Amino acid sequence: MGGTELLQFGLAGLKNGSIYALVALGFTLVYAATGAINFAQGEFYMLGGMLSVWAYADLGLPLPLAAVTGVAATAVLGGVFELAAIRPRKDGDPLAIIIITVGGSMVLSSMARHLFGPTERPLPAFSGGGSVKVFGASLEVQSVWILGMTALAVAALWYLYNRTGLGRAMRACAVNRDAARIVGVDTRLMVTVSFVLAATLGALAGLAVTPLTQTVFDVGPSVGIKGFAAAILGGLGNPIAAVVGGLVLGMLESLSIAFISSTYKDAIALIVLLSVLFLRPQGILGRWRREKV
Amino acid sequence: MSSETDTMLAIEGLHAGYGRVEVLRGIDLRVGVGEVVTLIGGNGAGKSTLLKAVIGLIPPSAGRVRFLGEDITGIQPERAVKAGLVMVPEGRMLFGPMTVRENLELGAHSRGKTDLTEDYERVFELFPVLADRQDQSASTLSGGEQQMLAVGRALMARPRLLLLDEPSLGLAPKLIGEIFAALDRLRSEGHTILLVEQDARLALRHSDRGYVMRTGGIALAGSADDLLADDDVRLIYLGTWHGGEETT
Repeated sequence: MGGTELLQFGLAGLKNGSIYALVALGFTLVYAATGAINFAQGEFYMLGGMLSVWAYADLGLPLPLAAVTGVAATAVLGGVFELAAIRPRKDGDPLAIIIITVGGSMVLSSMARHLFGPTERPLPAFSGGGSVKVFGASLEVQSVWILGMTALAVAALWYLYNRTGLGRAMRACAVNRDAARIVGVDTRLMVTVSFVLAATLGALAGLAVTPLTQTVFDVGPSVGIKGFAAAILGGLGNPIAAVVGGLVLGMLESLSIAFISSTYKDAIALIVLLSVLFLRPQGILGRWRREKV
Repeated sequence: MSSETDTMLAIEGLHAGYGRVEVLRGIDLRVGVGEVVTLIGGNGAGKSTLLKAVIGLIPPSAGRVRFLGEDITGIQPERAVKAGLVMVPEGRMLFGPMTVRENLELGAHSRGKTDLTEDYERVFELFPVLADRQDQSASTLSGGEQQMLAVGRALMARPRLLLLDEPSLGLAPKLIGEIFAALDRLRSEGHTILLVEQDARLALRHSDRGYVMRTGGIALAGSADDLLADDDVRLIYLGTWHGGEETT
């Protein structure tokens, strides 16, 4: 296999990996705030694409506006989902929250099927369907969008987390919820914020991918599993680890296609997930330090 | 004398516990403005539970808590801080992976966006070592420094009533001395403090009044001097029987 071919696979891995990274970030943010896994995360990915298609094709909005509408509507839905389904569970028991999100995931995909139909729906590429040459390998222009949007989203999230009072409060909440409460952090608000952010990131991923793959009501769970595997691979609860986990998983998938067979591509995420859980449950970068000092 | 001062905190017939286990069984307690009041008592007497019930980490099942005349029974902790009830919790509960400065910033979270320069200066004056450690993560501090940070974080909220849970726990005597010297300064500046301590003698020496808790109730109350002289208190909590003979 030549260098150009390898680069081709590498670029594909980077593209898929950045999608997994966005979805993994969603898992990690909700985990940091609640200690629970949000199994509706994949549905936010589906809704991001689906609502953008709806705004573009059904409402007739211009593409940029439709994209913003799709992501914003998903973000709002993420918040509503938290307020309506998670917050009423007052004790915040993570196991109960996990089960609520599994149910929520089914509700969201059934509603999408009901409202938008059972067939795949397309969205045009953001800036034409061409591709660019990178050292001989070709990369769809849409993939450049995917990489750029991921980079921007990660940078924005980094800024929010490390440079704002809200981010500081979110991190405090992740370290120790009671400690956050006694300094005056409204931890329930932080949970809502984490769902809104998780929905936004998932929606961005779904939106960015739809021009390449189309979207349909049931794309959520498979991407959800990969994002979850990526979050576990990196180390749950740590945003940087989620990004690393996503990129590593994307690369592993690509390499498996290059050197084994594309048949096993989707199994890679599960193999990675199980291996990490057996061999290094805290993930590559270790767990967000939760110990009390 | 103390009953003539204005009341900061008044607790009447407070019951609270964890699940079905009732730990507090009818607590009556009062803290006047500017007073330092100590709660002493053995392990499991309910001292920490009382502090948690006051700021709302545990919902009380009966009774009332009034703060500056206002009924705050069952308040949420995040609202308690805004009202001026600030706790330095048992075990400190710092934000370990975050820096000393971030911990202090979070201490002022309830005050919203304000200039904190003066507050930092105040904390660093009280605990100079924290100034040198600003960019270190809290988990890298020694036990004594962590306790200082916990007190400093609470001060950042500009408390009206400071609730201190076992500030001496696990510290070397020299550090305990430093912490209590700082508390004495706060006291002399007119801060109101409700202090929970295992080391009854130490605590009473730095307090105006004290309450002795036993199995979820108040067994005895009085001025710090009276409690230090009380035979029962001496026997049970101070470990000495005759005056002057001091074991530790």
